[in-house]
Amino acid sequence: MQWETVIGLEIHVQLATATKIFSGASTRFGAPANSQACAIDLAMPGTLPVLNSQAVDFALMFGLAIDADIPEVSVFERKNYFYPDLPKGYQTTQLEKPIVGAGRVTIETPNGDNKVVRIHHAHLEEDAGKSLHEGNFSSQHSAIDLNRAGTPLIEIVTEPDLSNAIEAVTFAKKLHALVTSLGICDGRMAEGSLRFDVNVSVRPRGSETLGTRTETKNLNSFKFMEEAIIREVDRQIDVLEDGGKIVQETRLYNGDTKIARSMRSKEEANDYRYFACPDLLPVLVTEERLQRLRKSLPELPEARTTRLVEQFALSQQDAQILANDIDLTSYFESVAKQCDNPQAAANWITGELIGRLNSEDLELDNSPIDAGQLGILIQRISDQTISGKMAKQVFDSIWSGAGEVDQIIRQRGLQQVSDSGALEQMVTDVLSKNPAMVDDYLATEENRRKKKLGGFMGQIMQASRGQANPQQVNQILLQKLASMIEASGE
Amino acid sequence: MYKLSIAELGEGLRSKAFSSRELTEYFLRRIAALNPLYNALITVTENSALAAATHADKQLSSGIGGDLCGIPVLHKDIFCTQGVRTSCGSKMLDSFVPPYNAAVVENLASAGAIMLGKTNMDEFAMGSSNETSFYGPVKNPWDISRVPGGSSGGSAAAVASRMAPAATATDTGGSIRQPAALCGVSGLKPTYGRISRWGMIAFASSLDQAGPIAGSAEDCAILLQAMASYDPRDSTSVERSVPNYRATLNNSVAGVKIGIPKEYFLSGLNPGVEAAVMSSLSTLRDLGAELIDISLPNSHLSVPAYYVIAPAEASANLSRFDGVRYGHRCADPEDLEDMYRRSRAEGFGEEVQRRILIGSYCLSAGYYDAYYRKAQQVRQLIRQDFVEAFTQVDVIMGPTCPSPAFKFGAKGDDPVAMYLEDIYTIATNLAGLPGMSIPCGLVEGNPVGLQLIGNYFDEASILNVAHQLQRVSNWHTQHPEGLD
Repeated sequence: MQWETVIGLEIHVQLATATKIFSGASTRFGAPANSQACAIDLAMPGTLPVLNSQAVDFALMFGLAIDADIPEVSVFERKNYFYPDLPKGYQTTQLEKPIVGAGRVTIETPNGDNKVVRIHHAHLEEDAGKSLHEGNFSSQHSAIDLNRAGTPLIEIVTEPDLSNAIEAVTFAKKLHALVTSLGICDGRMAEGSLRFDVNVSVRPRGSETLGTRTETKNLNSFKFMEEAIIREVDRQIDVLEDGGKIVQETRLYNGDTKIARSMRSKEEANDYRYFACPDLLPVLVTEERLQRLRKSLPELPEARTTRLVEQFALSQQDAQILANDIDLTSYFESVAKQCDNPQAAANWITGELIGRLNSEDLELDNSPIDAGQLGILIQRISDQTISGKMAKQVFDSIWSGAGEVDQIIRQRGLQQVSDSGALEQMVTDVLSKNPAMVDDYLATEENRRKKKLGGFMGQIMQASRGQANPQQVNQILLQKLASMIEASGE
Repeated sequence: MYKLSIAELGEGLRSKAFSSRELTEYFLRRIAALNPLYNALITVTENSALAAATHADKQLSSGIGGDLCGIPVLHKDIFCTQGVRTSCGSKMLDSFVPPYNAAVVENLASAGAIMLGKTNMDEFAMGSSNETSFYGPVKNPWDISRVPGGSSGGSAAAVASRMAPAATATDTGGSIRQPAALCGVSGLKPTYGRISRWGMIAFASSLDQAGPIAGSAEDCAILLQAMASYDPRDSTSVERSVPNYRATLNNSVAGVKIGIPKEYFLSGLNPGVEAAVMSSLSTLRDLGAELIDISLPNSHLSVPAYYVIAPAEASANLSRFDGVRYGHRCADPEDLEDMYRRSRAEGFGEEVQRRILIGSYCLSAGYYDAYYRKAQQVRQLIRQDFVEAFTQVDVIMGPTCPSPAFKFGAKGDDPVAMYLEDIYTIATNLAGLPGMSIPCGLVEGNPVGLQLIGNYFDEASILNVAHQLQRVSNWHTQHPEGLD
């Protein structure tokens, strides 16, 4: 049977506010456990929440960026369940009246078409703390870190508009680019700043009804998300083809072990007993506020792509890659400025740099080679200090921590030989050692001689251990051969 | 000296007739003598009280003390007090010492009031008789075989027996007014949002409001003046200037329109209570007030709506008491669920558990629409009744409770009979309006209360009417026997 996949996503985006959504405690990542949890975050008796208006602004900016309906009134509700990392015994979130209504995000599918992914809504809520069951804690004990408790989130819920893992990842990347460009999220997925829940179901191709879905929670890398979807689709098809039934359940995928498992079934799901939180007033969004935020919206990825094409004469494809991530855009802009060669900068970044980052699973922030160094490296090619080939070696050396561009070139003697006397001597030597090649060249018709040059070039570069300046060698070689042709009496 | 009002005590302090330290020592002696009889206090803060009194005396001698400077007060044990155990009348918080003060505690401290201790209360403010306290019931000083009312029974009994001239209290469905009525003292529940809820342990957040219990309307005005403030830490606190409540106490009531809701005088009302209330109303008519018959047609729905909304909110508010971070934790839990179950089963009393169960039920999938949503709709209707009534009248008056104080155990087996104690008080909480109870008579030797309900943020009007009534009557200066 032919199967069709239906995917919807729920994305938790941690908002980059300085303080928590309902308290004044800091949201900084990586502080000592429980050092950033105040009386409100600890749900001490008698404490009350006060809404962080920056978090509301950030949610509204997201709404404006996806062209969403923004209701005048939104309401916080209490979602009741017991868990040690949820100090109040309820999560303050939104259900019936979210801050952002229906919107849309357009993605490019692998065959180059545009596809609109509908956003059902986005709501504001607080993050929970973390339960630690490993490390120093025996099987008898768990530890709680409440630093994250109360960190503002928007949860973005899509319609089931995605048809495969590639589309889902494309959408996820687009969303990542959007929220980081807006400056509402730091985008650090490894720190949990952006977490994806994936709802997957399959159905016979052409069927109108949706199959039973499963939800795989808390995927925090694009790679894991792709793997998890592919595996889950395969699993569901296997189950169905064996005559089984899909159980509606919540699943977890461990990206390191590549193992997915069931967390809880629908029957075990909590009755969350939602009701409007009486400690918080309904949020009223005025047209003035929306106007102010609309004016403050930064350049979004699509506009940035257009600008890169116009300003730097890049191809649409290169520009899109560079524009997707605001940090990558600024990285490119600094490299281009440093080396005064935007095309070379784009080539190095989209090729070498991104390739290495991806293969080593690194974020741009942690790139061993910064924009300044890459700019200088490209400059050294332009000013003919090194060849492009040598530059790749230098790039690798910097990557592995060997030092800075000029230092590496100097220490390893990688400068190109541009001394014309020395180069002439090399050319003369190679020509005199290879009389047969010279004869062959001279015998070749003029318009086909160019093809024969490669043989000489190879030998000369080899003789110079790669350090000869290829353009100069090429020039000298042509001159020498031309005078030989003249001498041969043609 | 215990018969003096706050206004009179303040004059004594400023004229150096006595010092705040002497006053504080005097009331601490009364507490030592009387509290064993009435069990109105859970904690006495003698040392910090004396230190605060010494400080107040310095302020008074430099002439910077206000109306409350150097005046001893008690705080209901629902208000968090920094460094002082705040139990909320529950085993759950028997060991809880907050690292912060409630806004009410801060406000009264900065006005120079001296905290003598913390008053007993129904557990988590859930009760109308003070029988649900983990620390044992408070006795009514008028008759120790009778309940003092609840949940602020400790505050009302302490003021009635003059262990302090005033006490703070909270009112979710009548918890200030009903014990004030049953103990023969004056108590005011302000408009929702008038006093910050910061640091006040929540029962039902949309209904809870702090207020004063004192010997007279004038004393309530002095306390309200200090307690009321806008507080950005409480999102439901209202940013609105606080009028000078004492300034309008002596306004004439001539021409004031007083609404008498017919629904507050139906069967179930004790005839003695009715007679006392009618007598006060005719006094007001004699003073020139206009009595107008009105109707609050949805009154009969307030108790059922309240007993859905309040437990629903409470069921979530009390989830934080899970044995994880503070409060009671059971011994040797087997696992997480065992810890939750036993910590809560051991830490909460029967009435609290009953309300958590009712509230959870009303919010459950499949029942929400029938109970919680319906109750919210009823709440709107009740609010609308009052909004319409206040287009015709300035103040609404009637009985505070259907009967005088009942005997301990009389309603213990029947929660619904207990819930009907608040039949006249609950509607103002649902509507968010200010309400007050002042003593208006004795029925077989037991005090009964007159309720005054004002329009939103119009505490000044009900304080004015109450004060004018107290100028020409003496129910508020009657004391139970055995206080000397």
